[in-house]
Amino acid sequence: MKHTISVLVENQFGTFNRVVTMFSGKGFNVHSMSIGETESPEISRMTIVTEGDDKIIEQVVKQLNRLIDTIKVVDLSGSPKVERELALITVFYQKGNRADIISVSNIFRGNIVDINNKTITIEITGPPDKIEAAVNVLEGYGIKEMARSGTVALKRGEQVKGDKKELQQNNIQV
Amino acid sequence: MKETKPVMSGAEIFFECLKREKVEIVFGYPGGATLKIYEKLYDVDFLKHILVRHEQGATHMAEGYAKATGKVGVVLVTSGPGATNTVTGIADAYMDSVPIVVFTGQVATHLIGNDAFQEADIVGITRPITKHNFLVRDISELASSIRKAFYIASTGRPGPVLVDLPKDVINSVCEFEYPEKVEMRGYKPNLLGHQNQIKKAAERIRKAKRPLLYVGGGVIMSGGYRELHLLAKENNLPVTMTLQGLGAFPMSDPQSLGMLGMHGTYWANQAVNNCDLLVSLGARFDDRVTGKIDAFATGAYKIHVDIDPTCIDKNVVVDLPIVGDVKHVLAELAAEISSPPKIEEWWEQIHKWQEECPLHYEKHDGKLRSEFILEKLSEFTKGEAVIVTDVGQHQMWTSQYYKFNHPRSHLTSGGLGTMGFSVPASIGAAFAIKDRPVISISGDGGFQMNMQELITAVYHKLPVKFIIINNSFLGMVRQWQELFHAEKYSFTDLSDSNPDFQKLGEAFGMKSFFTNRPEEVDSILEEMMQIKDGPSLAEFRVEKEDMVFPIIPSGATIKEMMTKRLNPKEMI
Ligand SMILES: Cc1ncc(C[n+]2csc(CCOP(=O)(O)OP(=O)(O)O)c2C)c(N)n1
Repeated sequence: MKHTISVLVENQFGTFNRVVTMFSGKGFNVHSMSIGETESPEISRMTIVTEGDDKIIEQVVKQLNRLIDTIKVVDLSGSPKVERELALITVFYQKGNRADIISVSNIFRGNIVDINNKTITIEITGPPDKIEAAVNVLEGYGIKEMARSGTVALKRGEQVKGDKKELQQNNIQV
Repeated sequence: MKETKPVMSGAEIFFECLKREKVEIVFGYPGGATLKIYEKLYDVDFLKHILVRHEQGATHMAEGYAKATGKVGVVLVTSGPGATNTVTGIADAYMDSVPIVVFTGQVATHLIGNDAFQEADIVGITRPITKHNFLVRDISELASSIRKAFYIASTGRPGPVLVDLPKDVINSVCEFEYPEKVEMRGYKPNLLGHQNQIKKAAERIRKAKRPLLYVGGGVIMSGGYRELHLLAKENNLPVTMTLQGLGAFPMSDPQSLGMLGMHGTYWANQAVNNCDLLVSLGARFDDRVTGKIDAFATGAYKIHVDIDPTCIDKNVVVDLPIVGDVKHVLAELAAEISSPPKIEEWWEQIHKWQEECPLHYEKHDGKLRSEFILEKLSEFTKGEAVIVTDVGQHQMWTSQYYKFNHPRSHLTSGGLGTMGFSVPASIGAAFAIKDRPVISISGDGGFQMNMQELITAVYHKLPVKFIIINNSFLGMVRQWQELFHAEKYSFTDLSDSNPDFQKLGEAFGMKSFFTNRPEEVDSILEEMMQIKDGPSLAEFRVEKEDMVFPIIPSGATIKEMMTKRLNPKEMI
C-alpha cells in the first residue's frame, strides 16, 4: 500500500541527501519525494510517497526518526489530509483536435500555459489520482513531455477551540 | 557589561574543544589539509597524539580504546586518501555501535567540488555508515559541530560521527564560545522505558516457566551489567550472550549458558528454541544469532529492550517492546519482580543439554589445536585479561573457550566482521588499560591486514601480547568451502605464502615465540606475561584443517546443527 509520509527536517546542508541515502541504503521504495521551506525558514518539510507492508512502513518511519536532522515524522495515511501535486504536460495537437484538448484540460481544471504550432502545455493541480486520470486521457493525443512535482500534503486542520496565542506558539505542526 | 569572548584560530578552537571534551588521546596521521592543526598540536600538551602507520589502524585503535573504556575514541586524518582510509573502521564502528569521532581534513571550501588535489567527498561517502556527520563550512559552526559530534557519538545508541574540516575554516579566526548544552530538537534519546511495559515484563518473568535472558552489547555499552547481574541472580535466570555481549555476565557463573547463535553452544541454542519467555536486552536479533527467522524461539513470549527503536520488530516481531536505556530498564525490572519464577525443571533440562553435547575437541593425539591454546589462555588469565580477537575461526573458538568474566574485556569486530581489527584495536585498548593484560588474537590471514601497526605498539612500549593462531589457511572460509562449497579450497591455502611470523616480530623489535607443540604453550604464555615493557608475539602453528563446532548453517535451525566433522563412512 502507498503511504504519504510528512517529515519536518532541519533546513541544513545535506539533510535531503541524508534522507535519500537512507532510503536507497535500506532498499525502501520511493514514489515521490518533495522538499520545500515551511513557515519557519530553518525547517523544511519533505513529503515522501512510499510503498510497503505495515512492517516496512514502520521501519521507514523509525529510520526517518533516527536521522539526527529529522524533527518530526508522521505517516499521513489513514488520517484526513490534503494532498496535491502539480503536473506540466505538453501534448501534440493536430488541426481539428486542439479544442478537444482544451476541453479535456478544462474538465480537469487545468490551465493552458503555453502553446505553439505543434504542442500545447497544460498545467494541472490536484490530488495524485486526478493527475493520473488526466495523464491517461492526454496520452491518447500523444504526450511530448511531462514534469510532475511529486505529492505535497498536509493533515487537515481540526476545528480549533481556544487560545490563538497558544496555537501560534505551537506553530510546528504536521 | 558584555563579556568578551576570546578570538581564536580554527586550529586553536579545535584543540580547545577537545580539551573541553576531556580527550586524552588522538590517533592520527598528518597531511596537507591538516597541517595547520598539526602545527598547533606541536604546542598542545593536554593530550597524547599517537602516530599510526595507516589511517585504518587509527580508526580501529580508536574503537579498541572506546570499547575498552566506554569513552569516545578520537581520530584525526588528512583529506582525500587519509579520509577514505578510515572508511572501513567507521563502518565497523557503525555496525558495532562504537563511539568514535573522526576528524578529516578537507580542501578549502571554495575548492570543494573542483576535483582539487586530495579532495574526496568524505561526508557523502560516510553518510550511510555514520550516526551523523558534519561538513563545517564556516568557522562560526566549528565549536558547536564538535560539541554535537561528541554528544551524538556517545549518547543513545553510540556510533561513529565524522567532522570534515576544510582548510580555510581551520585557518580563519573567530570568537570562541563552547556551547554549555547541546540542544537538538531532532535528537533526544529516550532513556527511561515505559513504566507499564516494565511492569508487564516483570510480571512475565515472575510467571515464566522457561525464561531466558538474551544479552547483547547494549548491556555493556549502557553500563547495565550490575543491574543484569542482580536481575539474573535474584531470579536464578539463565543467561545467554551474543558475541558482543560476552562478559556482560560472568561466563564462569553456572547461570551463564555461553554464546548463542551460529557457533553458540548446543545448550544455549536449545534454550532459545525451547524457552517460553525470551528477554532480549540490548541485542538486535542479528541473522548470525537467529538463523532461520521463522523457526527462532517460536514458542516464546518475546520482550525486547533496546534504546534504538529501529531495532525493534526489524528482524523478529516481538510481543513486548521497551524502548529505553537497558541499564535503567534492568534496574527497574529487578526492583519490580516480586518473587522469583519457579524454574527448577527448566534448569534440569538445561543441564541435560549441557551433558548431552558439551564443547569438544581432540586432546589426545599430541597435536596443537586452537581450542587448547584458548582454554589455556583462559585458565592462565583467569578470564581477567582484555582479549581482542580478529575475524574467523579463532574468533569463534575464543568466544567458546575463553571465559570472559568482565564487561569490556572481549573486543571484537562483530557486525562488520572486519579482518585486521585485532592488531590495531588491541593497541588502542592498551593505551587505556594498564592493570590487566591486553591480548590480541589473530589468524594468520587477518594478522597480515594491519600488521604495520605493530611498530606503533613497539614504539610506545605497550605490553600487548600478539598471538597468531596459524592454521596456514583462511580458516573460516576454508571451513565453509569444506562444508558448503564442494571442498573447492579456492585461494584459502596460505601454507606456501605466509611470512615467518617470528622473524617478522623480531624485525619490529619484539620478543617473539614459535611453537607447534602443545606442551610448549604454557611456558610461552608464561614468558609473554612477564614481558611488561613492550609487546611480544607468539605464533602457534596449529592443525591446518580443524573446524569450529558446533555450527548451525546460515539461515538454518538447530535441527541442522553440526556438532562434529562427519567422517566419510558416517556420511554414506
Ligand atoms: C576484510 C575482510 N576480508 C575478507 C573477509 C572474509 N573472511 C572471513 S573469515 C576469513 C578467514 C580468516 O582467516 P584467518 O585470519 O587466517 O583466521 P582463521 O579463520 O583461520 O582463524 C575471511 C577471509 C573478512 N571477514 N574481512
